[in-house]
Amino acid sequence: MRAIGIVLAGGNSKRMRELSRKRAIAAMPIAGSFRSVDFALSNMSNSHIQSVAVLTQYNSRSLNEHLSSSKWWDFGRKQGGMYVFTPTITAEHSDWYRGTADALYQNLDFLKKSHEPYVVIAAGDGIYKLDYNKVLEYHIEKKADITIVCKDMPADVDVTRFGIVKTNTDGRILEFEEKPMVADSTTISCGIYVIRRRQLIEMIERCANEDRYDFVQDILVRYKNLKRIYAYKLESYWSNIASVKSYYQTNMDFLKPEVRNYFYKEYPDIYSKVDDLPPAKYNPGAVVKNSLVSSGCILNGIVENSVLFKKVYIGNNCVIKNSIILNDVYIGDNTVVENCIVESRDTIRANTTYIGQPDDIKIVVEKNERYTL
Amino acid sequence: MVKKEMIAMLLAGGQGSRLGVLTQKVAKPAVSFGGKYRIIDFPLSNCINSGVDTVGVLTQYQPLRLNAHIGIGIPWDLDRNVGGVTILPPYEKSKGSDWYTGTANAIYQNLEYMESYNPEYVLILSGDHIYKMDYEVMLEYHKANNADVTIAAMPVPMEEASRFGILITDDTNKITEFEEKPAQPRSNLASMGIYIFSWKVLKEALVKLKDEPGCDFGKHIIPYCHSGGSRIFAYEYNGYWKDVGTLGSYWEANMELIDIIPEFNLYEEYWKIYTKSDRIPPQYISADAKVGKCIIGEGTEIYGEVTNSVIGSGVIIEPGAVIRDSIIMQDSVVGAGAVVEKAIVAEDVKVGAGAHLGVGEYAASKYDPKVYQFDLVIVGEHSVIPEGVEIGKNTAISGVTAAEDYQDGRLESGGYIVKAGGNV
Repeated sequence: MRAIGIVLAGGNSKRMRELSRKRAIAAMPIAGSFRSVDFALSNMSNSHIQSVAVLTQYNSRSLNEHLSSSKWWDFGRKQGGMYVFTPTITAEHSDWYRGTADALYQNLDFLKKSHEPYVVIAAGDGIYKLDYNKVLEYHIEKKADITIVCKDMPADVDVTRFGIVKTNTDGRILEFEEKPMVADSTTISCGIYVIRRRQLIEMIERCANEDRYDFVQDILVRYKNLKRIYAYKLESYWSNIASVKSYYQTNMDFLKPEVRNYFYKEYPDIYSKVDDLPPAKYNPGAVVKNSLVSSGCILNGIVENSVLFKKVYIGNNCVIKNSIILNDVYIGDNTVVENCIVESRDTIRANTTYIGQPDDIKIVVEKNERYTL
Repeated sequence: MVKKEMIAMLLAGGQGSRLGVLTQKVAKPAVSFGGKYRIIDFPLSNCINSGVDTVGVLTQYQPLRLNAHIGIGIPWDLDRNVGGVTILPPYEKSKGSDWYTGTANAIYQNLEYMESYNPEYVLILSGDHIYKMDYEVMLEYHKANNADVTIAAMPVPMEEASRFGILITDDTNKITEFEEKPAQPRSNLASMGIYIFSWKVLKEALVKLKDEPGCDFGKHIIPYCHSGGSRIFAYEYNGYWKDVGTLGSYWEANMELIDIIPEFNLYEEYWKIYTKSDRIPPQYISADAKVGKCIIGEGTEIYGEVTNSVIGSGVIIEPGAVIRDSIIMQDSVVGAGAVVEKAIVAEDVKVGAGAHLGVGEYAASKYDPKVYQFDLVIVGEHSVIPEGVEIGKNTAISGVTAAEDYQDGRLESGGYIVKAGGNV
């Protein structure tokens, strides 16, 4: 591959409500056994990108733990590797990353020391499969300065939390609005960019000189008339998980056979850190319908239309419906959980009830003492 | 100079012929176990959990699966700068070349491997036991007794003692006598085939007995050490330990994992069992599925009914299929409406829609009554079972079978169909 990769994984969003308290969005568990950042990393690995930087900042403990070894994504080679860059104090600067462009600027050495001609920049909160080589081919064919991976969203989806683009028939982006109050297009930016490395360095350096820090506002939007910015249309599944609603919906999408087959069975695979947990165990009393269950789970109760992440314990006579139970949750006997997202490492007492609404998912954070054998 | 206090030698070369068609193309230690593991994962995990980071794995019979599974030892953290896991197959020598003719002969042929680590002690392990054991505690015991050899031993019920190698000890646990499968046992302490040798004692015995045909630890090395006056101690072990050498014990050990609180508990934080995980995604249980009392591996999809069973990873149980009291290993597919009862279905098997395994009454096996005597239907790996056939109890099937292999669409109880090849 003629590109290096950069994964922007520093972010946090108020739209994630309580879920973002303890981790960056890129570290959010997804689809039972994965974390959000696995998708961008696996895509890079599967596109034969060998050298990848992950830029993190917000509450990165969870993410760092997940990225503790690069072997799961088949990086960690003599040529290339995976680098996790958190903000550091240096002789030149002592600030946090003040924006995505600033994050790139503070790690400009990585860009300068690489020799690959192109850079693929991807957000860590997208759920998709993509061969970045195809985007790069498109980029070269269009003689573009920047290529943005874009997606046409269905008309009924609120797209105002995304960057909205308008293109001409050739695919060149004429207008780019970031998170507008009212959107006049349904084509959105997926936050995946291909750009020539030297071009990126030049833009980032100029941006820093002008005390500008944001890649979208200060580069994409400002350069859209000066530079040739093209949209590469992504036709396959893509979802951004940076709001509670979309996070819930994305997980529930994996209950559909076509989504499951696409991500779990079709080549290439999505990789993740392996946790060495035993197979899921179903005890008498377990009744499970239309649900995903991950390794290490022990089930004694009723589970319907739900996604259970790793190492979840469901007590006797529990009823879990339309819910997402994150990693290492213990749910005591006779408890009812409906339309909820239960935060990881929660301990839920016996005989309790948590009910959310289909259009208002409840987030359950319960840190009770846990007594287990 | 490299120095490892204790290294382990793991005997994984045996065919395990008593597992019948399950080991037709794969060595016993590489047979799947408990939904996601292979048998060798247990001794390998015990090694790393005990701080033994240098393990030689002796292979001989059908080693491909075993080699692919172990690789450079990453899943067990046995990829080390010094030590780690090394696969030791038989090799050609300048004067003739020999297969491993016995357990001790295999170790003897790898004297150089052991010497290169300059060990004080050598731990000899079998690749076909399911248990969790801290070998470090056993080594402490060995040292405290100033022993030359320590043999791990387990108390068994007196009435079963005549099936084992029995150790007779004095009140300090020093072994005074051995009895191999005695008719009238005088003790119930059975050898588990796990030994710690002081290196000098082992080396001397191996060299001395190098020309012994089929040189074996139980038959030759231990008696030789005993007669030479070595201090041999029994290390009593009281936890869960199972030799899964027969189809019956293999099936039982799997089924014990699905008890509500299993005696052998894989869900404890302490003493994890590691394995090479080929699959990451969760399993899917459909809206029409029924699952009761079972364990299920990663990426499996259940659309039918599963009770009292152990299901591996990447398995598909199609709608209307019923699995009862059975073991289904990874990547197998059970077709719609098929019924599988009291069966062991090995890896990558296709059971045709509407087939029924385990029909009728028990009958003695016409194939090998010693191996197949546990009332189980055994289907070897990569086999194909055509749609709609009925297969009796206590049967064996291996290879791609077609409707014409089944007279009147049936295989009687005790019968067998063993064909070459499979749907590789």
